[in-house]
Amino acid sequence: MTSIRKNMSADTTPLLRMQGIDKAFPGVQALRQAHLELRAGEVLALLGENGAGKSTLIKVLSGAHQPDAGRIFIDGREVRISSPIVAQARGIAVIYQEFNLVPTLSARENIFLGQETTRAGLVDRRAEYRKAMELFDRLSVRIDPDVPCKRLTVAQQQVVEIARALATSAHIIVMDEPSATLTLQEVRKLFDIIRELRARGMGIIYISHRLDEIFDIADRVTVMRDGECIETCQIGQTSRARLIELMVGRKLENEFPAKSAKIGEERLVVKNLRRGRAVRGVSFSTRAGEVLGITGLVGAGKTELARMLFGADRADGGEILLDGRPVRFAHPREAIRAGVCLLPEDRQTQGLIQGRSVRENFGLPNLNAWSRGGFIQKSREVAALQRYVQDLSIKIADVEQPVRHLSGGNQQKVVLAKWLEAHSRVIIFDEPTRGIDVGAKYEIYLLINRLAEQGKAIVLISSELSEVIGMSDRILVMHEGCISAEFSNVSAVTQEQIMRYAVGEMDTRSA
Amino acid sequence: MRRIQILSDYGMPGVLLLLCLFFSVVTLEEQHPEGEDAANRVAPKIAQQVPQDRPLVIVARPTLRDQAFARTAKALLQERGYRVLAVIHGEPPVIRLRLQALADSAAVPAALVTVPDFRLPLQSIQTRIPPLAQIPVIVPDSYRWPTFLLRDNLINVVNQIVVIAIIAIGMTMVIITAGIDLSVGSLIALSAVIAARLIAGMGGTEASTLALILASFAAILACGGLGMLSGVIITRFSVPPFIATLGWMLVASGLAYIISGGQSIYAIPDRFVWLGRGTAFLGIPNAVVLMALLYAAAYVLMTHTVLGRYIYAVGGNPEAARLSGVRVQRILVFVYTVSGLMAGLGGIVLASQLKSGAPTYGLLYELYVIAAVVVGGTSLSGGEGKIMGTLIGALIIGVIQNGMNLTGVETYTQKVVLGLVILGAVLLDKWRSRG
Repeated sequence: MTSIRKNMSADTTPLLRMQGIDKAFPGVQALRQAHLELRAGEVLALLGENGAGKSTLIKVLSGAHQPDAGRIFIDGREVRISSPIVAQARGIAVIYQEFNLVPTLSARENIFLGQETTRAGLVDRRAEYRKAMELFDRLSVRIDPDVPCKRLTVAQQQVVEIARALATSAHIIVMDEPSATLTLQEVRKLFDIIRELRARGMGIIYISHRLDEIFDIADRVTVMRDGECIETCQIGQTSRARLIELMVGRKLENEFPAKSAKIGEERLVVKNLRRGRAVRGVSFSTRAGEVLGITGLVGAGKTELARMLFGADRADGGEILLDGRPVRFAHPREAIRAGVCLLPEDRQTQGLIQGRSVRENFGLPNLNAWSRGGFIQKSREVAALQRYVQDLSIKIADVEQPVRHLSGGNQQKVVLAKWLEAHSRVIIFDEPTRGIDVGAKYEIYLLINRLAEQGKAIVLISSELSEVIGMSDRILVMHEGCISAEFSNVSAVTQEQIMRYAVGEMDTRSA
Repeated sequence: MRRIQILSDYGMPGVLLLLCLFFSVVTLEEQHPEGEDAANRVAPKIAQQVPQDRPLVIVARPTLRDQAFARTAKALLQERGYRVLAVIHGEPPVIRLRLQALADSAAVPAALVTVPDFRLPLQSIQTRIPPLAQIPVIVPDSYRWPTFLLRDNLINVVNQIVVIAIIAIGMTMVIITAGIDLSVGSLIALSAVIAARLIAGMGGTEASTLALILASFAAILACGGLGMLSGVIITRFSVPPFIATLGWMLVASGLAYIISGGQSIYAIPDRFVWLGRGTAFLGIPNAVVLMALLYAAAYVLMTHTVLGRYIYAVGGNPEAARLSGVRVQRILVFVYTVSGLMAGLGGIVLASQLKSGAPTYGLLYELYVIAAVVVGGTSLSGGEGKIMGTLIGALIIGVIQNGMNLTGVETYTQKVVLGLVILGAVLLDKWRSRG
């Protein structure tokens, strides 16, 4: 410990220095002379829009990509990181958004995967168990090392990843959007762990879109844009507005656009909807032109509720009324016909077919309208798509481009376009801006407001409290499958108030 | 970048073309004309060497091809004003006797006409009949041409893969949905045996055309039914396609043995070979015409219809497809049904080619079919693939087998080469899609 402290005070040689890193992919210059400096005992936030080059830079560091040019120094010595194994040997650990855990293996087995403790050729389970417990103790969490990872929560899996990094005696830990799928409390816990690691003299690179968090945890911040590292500064010497400006390259006036939709007739009424333990009797209603925000912690039942409204999952009981008529959707197909649509939380796996073209994804729910005797009239399909490309300003090179090459914001617009073409009247957004850049977020918000003005009923499900407060006319808070609060006076609501209901400290509605 | 573009656009057709080119060069040799071709080639040659009005004698062995030669040559020569004194058919001793008789009757022709292969035997007969000894023997000129590119051989290439290619249509659809159908090989046997057994029961070699058609349809529908059951088991009970179709593979094979009693069934009328061996259009075998029609239909289905779009969508991402309103389960049941129907049809074609039904048919065919699909560029992970790619994949397999047969590569080596080519094709595809 003392030796580390000495290292810290001898601030001259940084723990990690990357300089002049270039990396090109076919058609894109992903990194241009990118540089980065990480000191021992600090948290460096890496900030930038999607496609700014953060991931590429991290993949160069972790040995997944080889840079075209540039040098990397660890503790002042130049190193070549030719593969992930070399990176691990150099003390670099990267915790990706999608965890690299084997779901069927236990926490202990995952921690020691590839570096098993053996005695006489056999795995020494007891020694590993002890070490795993020690690691969890150090992180002050309680996880049974013998539980299969698939039975752990997302937050616990993350801790297992961190424990694995510690077990490899890493001193440079990179976390790629670690809070994206965590609840507020889990994030607090994660920050405690990060502070603990920092106190031990480790260098932590923290990648996130959430500016609040960066001000909470980071010591310094490096902002990337278009493959370049534009600015690095002390977190105390900058502001939220300044960082956004740096990221998007222009001034952003408001995070949320003003809204002027007229609220009309009652459109969707839900009565006592139930499904297993996920949704336990939810009732609410929403009107044409209204944006109804639904928030809550991960696992509160928001997504399950959305899927039931859309017919993707079957309800155990309850009633849904659409424009006054009772409906029961056995398949999303029926919901789509009735004018209800869902923009799922995970565009990659649920919203779009990544390998297929923009045109095919757009056309999928609408083919019957353009086909005669089962034959698709492609010209009508393309014409319809072109209208939305214009109208929603979707940035694509060609309608035949695979959607996987589009940015998150543009992908979301493609999903939206296909539902608008299907004449949806109730649009359910599930985490519509997750993983989307600040600039593109604003565009999505504008679209949501425009749809409300057209008289559509919008259900906005989000765990980003600022988003729910900024966008909604009314907010429902869910806790453990029930609605624990409803706020109609959105302008007066604070994040803390909502949080108290989300964690179940208070409950106004359920008995 | 550019090179990769060319590869991805023309990869497999290019490989097919290169293979054809290679085997053309390797099999370039003296071709001795036969049959009608020989007659067409010999007529102008005679016109140069023999004045008109002169008597000629056409000599031919007792084979179908030589008879065709003699028939056509006679007609052509008479057209040009020659007198055809006699057309002599038969084994060499017969020919010798007839020529002797001709010489005895003092009717000496100006020339003897025959095919290149029979020139030497004829000349040795001729020397023993003094009046005819000096008469020229005229044969069509031989020419250099790749054996591979002979019309008969090209038809043979397609004929050999026609069963695999037909079944590969269904398999392509199944693999595009990220599934697999291992049962098709056994379904070939089952279909052939059901059809043969029904025909045997409806009069055997005396069965009517209607009976043949009914028996064939019954067999195809039975296989389609089994395919549909595969689809239902896969969708309703979430059984992995590999396992579900593996089960049906064993069931179908066992049923084929039970139905046939383990024996080949030969009690089938000659007319049954119409599909497999007959030619009704430009001399192309009917089965090949059928295959071409099926590919055209499947191509339209996959590229221009709602159903085709749904098949790709289900393969690309079943959950996203479902959330877009696609009835994923129905699509899956559909593709496995088509796969079963195609396997059943393949069984009928094979039974027609071989004029019998046996439970041993189609052994390991599922692997060749899958190979054709994969070589054709369809990804086993689903969502991508082209029907016409599969046809090219099947042709690549056919060309390699045929080419090796022509160049005298032994069977065991052929297997090794075929396996390596399949691996090579898939590696090429991986490399291409990475670039």
